[in-house]
Amino acid sequence: MKVLAVCGSGLGTSFMVEMNIQQILGELGIKDVEVSHSDLSSATAGDADVFFLAKDIAEGGDHLGNVIVLESIIDMDELREKVTAVMKENNKL
Amino acid sequence: MDGFLKLIVDILSQPAILVALIALIGLLAQRKNLPDTLKGTTKTFVGFLVISAGAGILSGALAPFGEMFQQAFNVSGVVPNNEAIVAIALTEYGSSTALIMFFGMVFNVFIARFTPFKYIFLTGHHTLYMACMLAVIFSVAGFTSFWLILTAGLALGLIMTLSPAIVQPFVQKVTGNNNVALGHFSAVGYAASGIVGKLVKGKNSRSTENINFPKGLGFLRDSTVSIALTMVVIYLIVALFAGPTYIEENLSDGTNYLVFSLIQAGTFAAGVFVILAGVRLVLAEIVPAFKGISQKLVPNAKPALDVPIIYTYAPNAVLIGFFSSFAGGLVSLLIMGLTGTVMILPGVVPHFFTGAAAGVIGNATGGLRGSVAGSFVNGLIISFLPLFLLPVLGDLGFANSTFSDTDFGVSGIFFGTLANYAGQIGIVVSLVVILAVMIGLNFKGTKNVIKQEPLKEEK
Repeated sequence: MKVLAVCGSGLGTSFMVEMNIQQILGELGIKDVEVSHSDLSSATAGDADVFFLAKDIAEGGDHLGNVIVLESIIDMDELREKVTAVMKENNKL
Repeated sequence: MDGFLKLIVDILSQPAILVALIALIGLLAQRKNLPDTLKGTTKTFVGFLVISAGAGILSGALAPFGEMFQQAFNVSGVVPNNEAIVAIALTEYGSSTALIMFFGMVFNVFIARFTPFKYIFLTGHHTLYMACMLAVIFSVAGFTSFWLILTAGLALGLIMTLSPAIVQPFVQKVTGNNNVALGHFSAVGYAASGIVGKLVKGKNSRSTENINFPKGLGFLRDSTVSIALTMVVIYLIVALFAGPTYIEENLSDGTNYLVFSLIQAGTFAAGVFVILAGVRLVLAEIVPAFKGISQKLVPNAKPALDVPIIYTYAPNAVLIGFFSSFAGGLVSLLIMGLTGTVMILPGVVPHFFTGAAAGVIGNATGGLRGSVAGSFVNGLIISFLPLFLLPVLGDLGFANSTFSDTDFGVSGIFFGTLANYAGQIGIVVSLVVILAVMIGLNFKGTKNVIKQEPLKEEK
């Protein structure tokens, strides 16, 4: 399974979200999920199974398919909740 | 023996190998397994070479632009774009940049550990760009080898801690908590917007979020799209002024001048795209290592994160800030045109990212009026700072591109001017004094810390 964090330039924000997702996966004890980050231009629907985008660029991510929108990018509780839900859906938990 | 020494020197003068070594150290320090270590080291190595390749593409598109602009308006035109200028500078200053970045991060951890400024600057691409600019300015000032790395590394560490510190009071107002800081080297513009917002605040100024504002400009946040579109517009305007005869005879080898310009504009965006891919590869291992190590060594560390973290707090202000900042850029362009100086062209990318944040912060301190006025001032600042930064960049001042964000301008002008008037000693003394003051604040009340320090960096 593959998860991709996406932001406008693919440098800072998406990278931070990626590191946070990795931390949460570590806490949950999930190992076989690949997480990476990218910019909006490069990301395509085939790049990952689930995409994490911040609310402010969500409208640019319609082409990606399975998108999870984050209300706040610095809220670890929100991210933990959403990552956990995704992992449950995909039978990783 | 001589052969061995030459080998070491050759290795250390190859920035691609240097950054790979830095990544390797980080991976070993985290005790990663062999495949991960090998993968991370290789990616960093290749990433740096990707940046160099992007620089080649980009320079190819910038050179004709410079000539066309000169022909059309008789002055130089400069496109502020961090990626462009950094990639070009890295071809000459790559090794020192890599080492300055490494020591800058080490100093950042030390300063956060031993002063009341607990900020750990995690926006890796800005760290890289700032390291690059300092490598240029400190080299122009005459520093070499060990002293270059030490002094510029210390300067980088100080800037990495002070930049988040000066916007923190405003960021706190936006996010409502003091656990996360803003790590984006445009802090002077944001703080200015916050102050302007406070000044223009009316009696019952409403928030930007209480008005209806058209959506649908989100696609500009896609940096490839916004860079390509602005460059096409700018290139075509300049081409029309330069005229078909000049372009087709001297630059395009007979190809229609508008078609030629369109392709060059697209090539510029392509170059930035490639550079960004390279930067992503280079940082992939270094930033997580830095984050992990700093969290272990600095109790109560406050991570300073990339600028979009505050966008979600006021989406209308993001768009208002962009427009208002861009308007500031256009007004500046007009003033530069009338006074006959070098012309700094307003780039959509810097105005969108920094204007947006200035809009959010201006809104937090002064509502709608604060948002508009604050980001307009930000637009003026990011237009005029590069004008004064160009002269201290040495040969790089003639590259038709330059650093776009305020903190590059402020710290570049600060150290460059200091070098001109007080030489290397002036720089060393100022670095030591700033550091001493910051450590000294440990022994005073920490209450007014954030208020005292910004003045130091601004002048």
